[in-house]
Formats: sequence, structure tokens, C-alpha cells
Amino acid sequence: MKFTLSWLKDHLETDATLEQICERLTAIGLEVEDVDDRAAYLPFVIAKVISADKHPQADKLKVLMVDTGSGAPVQVVCGAPNARAGLVGAFAAPGTYVPGIDVTLSVGNIRGVESHGMMCSEKEMQISDSHDGIIDLPEDAPVGTSFAAYAGLDDPMIEINLTPNRPDCTSVHGIARDLAASGLGTLKTPVAPSFKVAGETMTKVRLDLGEDTHLCPGFALRLVRGVRNGPSPKWMQQRLLAIGLRPINALVDVTNYMTFDQGRPLHVFDAAKVTGNLTVRRAKEGEKVLALDTREYALSPANVIIADEDGIESIGGIMGGEHSGCDGNTTDVLIESALWDPMNIAKTGRTLGIISDARYRFERGVDPEYMVPGLERATQLIVDICGGVPAKTDVVGYAGYTPKVVHFPVSEVKRLTGLEVGSDEAVSILKGLGFGVEGSGERVSVSVPSWRPDVDGKADLVEEVMRIHGVDNIKPEPIESLGSVNGKILTTLQIRTRLAKRALAARGMLEAVTWSFIAKAQAELFGGGAPSLSLANPIAADMSDMRPSLLPGLLTAGQRNADKGFGDVAIFEVSGTYENDTPSGQRRVAGGIRRGTASLAGAGRSWSNAAKGGGKPVDVFDAKADAIAVLEACGVPMGNVQFEAGGPSWYHPGRSGTIKLGPKIVLGTFGEFHPKVLEALDVSGALSGFEVYVDAMPEPKKKATRTKPALELSPFQAVKRDFAFVVDKTVEAGAILKAASSADRKLVAGVNVFDVFEGASLGEGKKSVAIEVVIQPAERTLTDEDFEALTGKIIANVTKSTGGVLRA
Amino acid sequence: MSDLQALKEKLLTEVTGADDEAAIEAVRVNALGKKGSISELLKTLGTMSPEERQTRGAAINALKTDVFDAITARKSALKDAAIAQRLARETVDISLPVRSSPAERGRIHPISQIIDEITAIFADMGFSIAEGPDIETDYYNFTALNFPEGHPAREMHDTFFFNPDENGERKVLRTHTSPVQVRTMEAQKPPIRIIIPGKTYRQDSDATHSPMFHQVEGLVVDTKSNVANMRWILEEFCKAFFEVDDVTMRFRPSFFPFTEPSFEVDIQCDRSSGPIVKFGEGTDWMEILGCGMVHPNVLRAGGLDPDVYQGFAWGMGLDRIAMLKYGMPDLRNFFDADVRWMSHYGFRPLDMPTLFGGLSA
Repeated sequence: MKFTLSWLKDHLETDATLEQICERLTAIGLEVEDVDDRAAYLPFVIAKVISADKHPQADKLKVLMVDTGSGAPVQVVCGAPNARAGLVGAFAAPGTYVPGIDVTLSVGNIRGVESHGMMCSEKEMQISDSHDGIIDLPEDAPVGTSFAAYAGLDDPMIEINLTPNRPDCTSVHGIARDLAASGLGTLKTPVAPSFKVAGETMTKVRLDLGEDTHLCPGFALRLVRGVRNGPSPKWMQQRLLAIGLRPINALVDVTNYMTFDQGRPLHVFDAAKVTGNLTVRRAKEGEKVLALDTREYALSPANVIIADEDGIESIGGIMGGEHSGCDGNTTDVLIESALWDPMNIAKTGRTLGIISDARYRFERGVDPEYMVPGLERATQLIVDICGGVPAKTDVVGYAGYTPKVVHFPVSEVKRLTGLEVGSDEAVSILKGLGFGVEGSGERVSVSVPSWRPDVDGKADLVEEVMRIHGVDNIKPEPIESLGSVNGKILTTLQIRTRLAKRALAARGMLEAVTWSFIAKAQAELFGGGAPSLSLANPIAADMSDMRPSLLPGLLTAGQRNADKGFGDVAIFEVSGTYENDTPSGQRRVAGGIRRGTASLAGAGRSWSNAAKGGGKPVDVFDAKADAIAVLEACGVPMGNVQFEAGGPSWYHPGRSGTIKLGPKIVLGTFGEFHPKVLEALDVSGALSGFEVYVDAMPEPKKKATRTKPALELSPFQAVKRDFAFVVDKTVEAGAILKAASSADRKLVAGVNVFDVFEGASLGEGKKSVAIEVVIQPAERTLTDEDFEALTGKIIANVTKSTGGVLRA
Repeated sequence: MSDLQALKEKLLTEVTGADDEAAIEAVRVNALGKKGSISELLKTLGTMSPEERQTRGAAINALKTDVFDAITARKSALKDAAIAQRLARETVDISLPVRSSPAERGRIHPISQIIDEITAIFADMGFSIAEGPDIETDYYNFTALNFPEGHPAREMHDTFFFNPDENGERKVLRTHTSPVQVRTMEAQKPPIRIIIPGKTYRQDSDATHSPMFHQVEGLVVDTKSNVANMRWILEEFCKAFFEVDDVTMRFRPSFFPFTEPSFEVDIQCDRSSGPIVKFGEGTDWMEILGCGMVHPNVLRAGGLDPDVYQGFAWGMGLDRIAMLKYGMPDLRNFFDADVRWMSHYGFRPLDMPTLFGGLSA
């Protein structure tokens, strides 16, 4: 919402400075977004050209002697075609900044002739784009005075960022009312209309909306006969220009002026172009109208229009039609002042894509009680400017306004804001804003004025009193302490989310945050793409579906980095994936990928691990280690966790695994990726990745005590024994480890694989798995016989469950 | 006695001549071993007369001591030399580079770090963390928050919609973290003190807007918390978060459907040095958050009587305050997963924000 200072002062009697006004506007909730104090125009003065002679060295230049109103005439070199003796224009002395050419003037020398300033064009002053010549003012323009003051350019422009709840402040008058209530001046009473009414408005209006009368709760129409429609007066044009509106003609300008002055949008029809009576009705499907913005709109029954016998003349409350618009030939004008349903206006404006000053006001709510007075005021302006004889106004459909009444205990102000505001002050603030107040003391009845549809209840009145009394008067007050040391505040899931992030970052991975929505094709590759998870209005085609997995986003991010020359990438994300559109369908997943040689030890080759195969591409075991690190960091008891060969379809079937807890709970997956999936994602290179479902981890068992179990140390030395078994290639090392461990749960303290070997010497389809068994005696030192018995049992167990034979 | 003298000289010459541990051991065995020359002499002591024993015996013992000492000294010297040699042999080029620790290379995303910073501050004031789903119903995202159907304020949210289900209801991607307010009130009775960090979505994209971004919401509901308390909490938060001794904040009356009265809050700062914003000084104002007293209709939606319960809520952009504090110029980079950006703007995994250790290093 834009207005100028002088415009505000039409409505507000005040001595306050521009700065004070702006400060107060922001303080009472009308945030000042921009102020143009027009100081840039101040140095320009009105000056008269005394003589204009040809420049001795240049045909197109003239040497002017200019009377600037002070001191001796100055010499100015000028190239404007209209420069002549007797011309009165705008002069800029040396030292003046000229905005249109972005130059600060100095005394110049133009082809041997000194020039002491400049006669300016409108373009040079940034008033308009006109550069036909220098400004040419009437001869009586007062030489030596401020050009800006003469041209009305010294009126500061204020723009406020209006919140959608304040339709009353879409008008200069409403803003003035708020300022007056806050004590910054007195609201001026508008002059009562004083024109003579003669005759009837012959054009009649019929509301044809069936049951839906709320779509147009009132319509007032008046004919004014015999107007002369020329340009509107200079003061009106200047104000409209100052807020960025283009003056059109007096009749149209009056409606625009009323829109901003009073927040009362109006429409004027050229009565000669209206055939028969007007009907307010829903548009027919596909019915078309050429609007005043010269665009054609196809309408539907959701849109309410005003039609005459020939068709649509206006889109109600949004924009008039081009056909019956007023122009220089208009002599009889129909002025419309109507009310429209805010929701329907918003919807129509949105579907048609029309942003207009009328829509802006009607979708917020226009004061119903000002429908007729607004028409009166507009009539007055038209009669004053264009002459003519107004006929009687016809009003249809208006049922009047019944104010909402709010029972308001004044103590609510203290309860909600902490402010001590006396009952008298609260009442006086509300009255200043136009509220009716009945009763006195602690509890009053407040009736809401017709221009404040936003006020419904007590809290709204608290806000009114608070913002006018002054928010700065509310002093910060500590919130009550809960009185003890705060306990654990995070949930297990929140704690595990943080631990997973820190654990993965501690493994050299970088945390990424990628989009929650991905391309449909990618979602489908990872088991997603369900219709219920597809956006109806995605911002881009490749951001259309909620991700079923973190991996596609991470894999494509890895490729983007590789394309920039950073191919060794280890990145992770701990965030949501979406199985369905319910709250429980949103999973909490820790996922990560490693690309190229970005292993735990570090990426690329290094002299120190060259002997150990440094710079090796990442593989399934890098991903497995990352997944285990997350599980361990989150405190999952690893003894019960099983690793099954194979994973979901996006993994390499022979180089992936699924992590389970019991038969049902899937804790995660890991592996290298299926070549077809990588191809479909358009990514390449050595890649492995994992996902761990943080929300699937069981809640840790509640412990009865913080005390750790007693440490039991065996006094007997632990012994290590190595075994190598030859098994079929398909036998899992895990099975051998399990068989060896279960040979004697008491004595076998640990089993580890230290070598896996395949070779012709073992035979086709065979491999050798070498394990190291740690034996920890608990009760006594083991004898040779004990060892022999245990060794035999380990071998027998492994043979029984895997078919393995001890390697000779 | 000259035989003893001669033997001594011979043995000492051998000791001096021995140049490694094996040689000196051979000398020892030849002299002091079972059949060694001195051991043989010692064996003769038994056959000597007492007088002879006194003179010759003493001389033999003296010889033994002298030779033994000489061997021991030589042995020790040779051992030292051997160690010195080995150390020299084992010397390496310590200028060769080693790999950095993974914990030094890894990074936490600024969003995660900021959430931890905020958690540390509000945990100290008795708040817990609440979360809610990204895919919301129209009810929780709008209606329960007092956004009437068709209200222009709904339009201002640039909402992402899902396709309507068989009942014609369409879910949305939450446009703010505020739906968790009502979800929390439904699940938990006052007093409520929560903060709600999370992802939010709007159909918008430029340097300061992204279709996905993050907000943190705060909610206090009890029977007495008011605007004065809210001012205190927000000022304390800004001081702690921006790690300055003092901040000046400006509360401007504003409008949000779910609060009444509502405010926008500006923080005084110095923006004269380009993209770097300094808080606690300067003369510029920067809008930093929106807040207000929870609207009676929102309390009702949460099952609470607005004449009994009251409280306040606030919300701010997490990405935005991260940018303000740590100086990232463009929001879109947050979601690019560019390793250079993550390495530069990310945080080391062991840099845990705490109040006892300071929020940032």
C-alpha cells in the first residue's frame, strides 16, 4: 500500500515529521517498507532562458543565458531542440546530482564555451521517459523557486507492507485513523457531499445468483448525465503517479483515487455502451470477456460477472470490461459501488491470474457500510471535475451491517501481554479506532466497526490495545524456572539420529541434505513412486515424488561431484524417507555412499598403504562397516544381529546384504549397486552404499541400575589356535564362525577369519577359510587332553554344519 | 707368578680384540667357562698348601676378578655399539606424510549443527524437542492453525499438494513446522515447552528461497506465559545463539492466523560490511522471526480452553539463521551436496555444541 505525505495529511491533522510518522506506522503494525523523501529533486530550480544563441563551434548546440532567480544570469551550453529565449524550465547548478544520467554536474567546457549548469529534460530528472527536449513550463512559473514544489514532486512517498488482516488500511483514510488513535494527530472529518440529484438511474440491476446471495451482498449504481471526461486535475494525477498508477481520464482516475483514498474500489461504465439492464450472475462455462488490461479471459460458473443484454461488461470486483469502459467521448456514466464475497474474489483472481487493486481489497474485505457513502463521495468528485447531473442511486441486495459484539474483560490485556493498561485508556484506544464501547470498568461490551472484519474475539481486542498503547512498553520478563536440573530431553530416536550423524562424520564422511522429492523414475527404481506420494504441483519434473530411499539422491550427488572432478566422495544423510503418506510411513534412515577410493582410511593412493593395496576402489565391505558403525553407535546389541546375503533389487545381488534382528526386524541393507540401476541413474564409478533404519532399532532395555556388572578376569592365560577349513565356495564364512563358536560357549572367547584363499590346489569350487580361535580357560589351566578334545569338537562342529574339511 | 701375569696380559689383549658380542662371549668361555684357562687354575687351589694358597691363590682370584671386569665392561660397550648401530639402521624419513584422521575429514551439515546449538540453548530453559511428519493433512497444516478455507493467507504459503485421495482430500507437504503445535497439544497436557526443528516446503526458489527449507518453531503453553515472557525468551535465545553479550530487538505488531496478538521481530545489527552481519551493534534492522500469543482457536483445536490456558509460539528459518551466523551466501547450496561446500561450511564431528563448552569453536 502506497501513499504520499500530503495525501495522508488530507485525512490527518498533524505536526509530526515524516520520520515520526514512519516510526509510528511501523510501531503500530503498519510496517514501513519504503520511504522516498524526494530529496533528490530539491536542488532543481525554475529558471528562465533570457537569450539563446548559436554555439560558435557546433551547429546543434546553443549557448543560453539563464536567469536562475538569484545573482547574475549564468551561461549554459544546451543541445535541446526546444531551447529558446523565453523558455521557463528546470535548472540544475554545478554540484547537482542528475539522477537520469547518473552524473554530478561540474562547470564544463563544451567546445570552447563554458557551461555553468544544465537545463533538464524529464528523463534526466527521472520523472518520465520523455526526452524530446528540456522541460517547458508555463511562462508564469515562478523563477528561482523549487521546481519539485511547483511540479508537486516534493511530496514524500511512503509504502507500507500491509498484513492481509487489515483491509481497513488499504486506504489512506484507514491509515490516518490508526495514526490518530495512536495520538499522532487528529482524524479529519470528510466534507459532506453537496450536489443536486435529478432523475432516475434508468439502468437497473438484477442479482441473479439464486441461493448464493453472499456472492454479491450489495450493489449500488448511479447514473451521472452530461459529464465532460478529460484529463483529471494535476493534484490527482500527481498522487496517482506518485504511487505508480498511470492517469487515464478523469472518470477512471476518480475510481482509482477512491480505491486508495477510501479503500473503496468502484467501476465506471460508459452508459452509452451498456445495452439494457445489468445482471449480476455466474459466468457461463467458456464465456469470454475482453478486460480493461486488454487481455481476453475465458470464464466459468465459479466467476461472478456483470452483464448487460449483449454479454459480460465486467468481472465483478476484479476488473471491468474493455467494451463499456469510459473514454474521452463518454457523456453519461454509470458508477458502480458493490460488495463481493472475499473468498470467491480470491479464487476467481487466482484462477484467472489477475492481480488488481480491486481484487486486493475485495479479497480482504471491503467496508459494507461505506458502499453507498463511497458512491456519494465518488459522485462528488466526478461532479466537481467533470460536471454533470447525478441521478438517484439504486441499491439492491444490501441487508445492512449488524456489528459483532465482544464481551471484553480489560484484564485480558494484562493476562496475555503483561502490560498494565488502565480500563479508561483501553476504552479510549478502542473508541479511537472506531469501536463502540458499552459499559465501564473492568468488563465492557465492544462492538466491532464495519471496516474491521478481522476482529472476532478478546485476543483481537488485546492486540488493538497493545499495539496502540505501544509494544515497546512490554518489558521482558523471565519465564518461570521449572525448578530443577533438566533431565534428558531427547527421545531415543532423536539421540540415535544425532549419534548416527556424528558416528558417520567421524568415519570421514560428509553430511549432505538432499531433496525429499526426486524424479518419479528414480523413486520407482528404489521401490517408490506410489500415486499417493506424487506431488500434484511439483516445482520441477525431476522433483515430483517423495523419496523411498536416501540412496538415489546421494548417488546422483556423488556423480555431480565426480563430474566436477571430485570422484572420491564419501557422503551420508540421516533423514526421512517415505513409505506412505501417513505419519508412520515417514521413516528415519541413515544412509551413505562411498565412491571411487574414498575408504575409511582415506581416498586416493598413499605411500604408506601402497603395499596393502592402497587406492583400492570401495566395495561392499566398506558399506558394511559403515552400517555396523551406525548400529553400534546407536547401541544396538550386535550379538543378536544377523547378516543375510542379498538385498533389495537396487543392489548387486551377489555383493549386498541385509541386516536383521530376529526374523522380522530389518535394520538395514548394504552393498554395491546393480549395474542397471546405476545406468538408469546415469551414474558410474566404484560405488557402495548402505541404509540403516534408525526407527527400526528396538528401544534399549530399561536398566534397573546404572551400576555396571562386576568385571570378571580369568587368572588363566588365553590361548590362540589356528584352523584352516576347505569348504565349498558357496559356504558362508559366517557359518564356519558360528560353528566354531558354538563348539564350547564357555571356552571359545572369540573367532575371527584371518585368511580366505581360492586356488587350483584346493579343487574346483572350493575355498579355504582360515580362522583363529581364542580359547579362554575359566576354571583351570587346560591340559593337552583338554585342548585335543576342544579342537576335535571345533573341527567336528564345522564339518557337521558346513561340510568343511580341516586343510592338511 | 709370571705365568699368571702372562695369562692376564694374553686374556686382556683378547678382550680388547673382541669386536662383537659373539667374540667377547668366546673370550669369556675360554677364560671363565667350565674348561676356561682361569677356571682350570682355580681348580688347582684345592691341591695347594695353606701358604701357597695365600699367595698364589690370592693372585689367581685377583686375575679372575680383573679379567671378569674387563669382559663385562667390553660386553657392555659392545652392546651399546650394537644398539646404536641398529637405531641408525632403523632411522626413517619422518617428513613422509600420514593420512589425516577420518574424524578430521568428516563433516556435520550446518543444519544439523544449528539444531544442536538450538537444542543446547532451549534444553537449558526446560524445553524438549518435538517432531512431526513432512506429509501433513490440510487440517493440521491450515485449518487447526486458524487458516480459514480460502483465506488469502493460505495462498501466501505456495503449498505443495498431493493428488486427492478417494475422499477428495489432498495431503500437503507442510509449509511450516506449526502443525506440530496442535499435534503436541493433542498428545500432551500443559505445561508445554517444546521446540520443533524440521523440514518445510514451499513452491519457491531463488537465492533466499528454496522449495525445501528448515524451520524451528517454539511453543510454550501453561496458565500464565505472556508476551513479556516471550520477549525474554527470544532475547535470551538471540544472545546465546549469536554469542553476543547484548542484542536489541524490535517487536512489531503483525499478523499470522495462528497467533493473536502477532509480531514480527527485527534484530538490530550492522550490515555495513557487506555480507557479514554483526549483531549486538550497528543501526540496521533485520527481520529474524515471527511470533505471538497462541490464537484461541489454535488452543481449542489442541483441546485446550483458551480462558484457562495461554501461551506463545514463534518460528524462524533455520537455514536463514545459519546463513546469518556462519555467512553462507546462497540457500540453494545447502541442498547441493557439493563436497567442497560441505567441507568448508560443515562442522567437525567432535565439535559438539554445548553450553558448558560454548556453542561454536
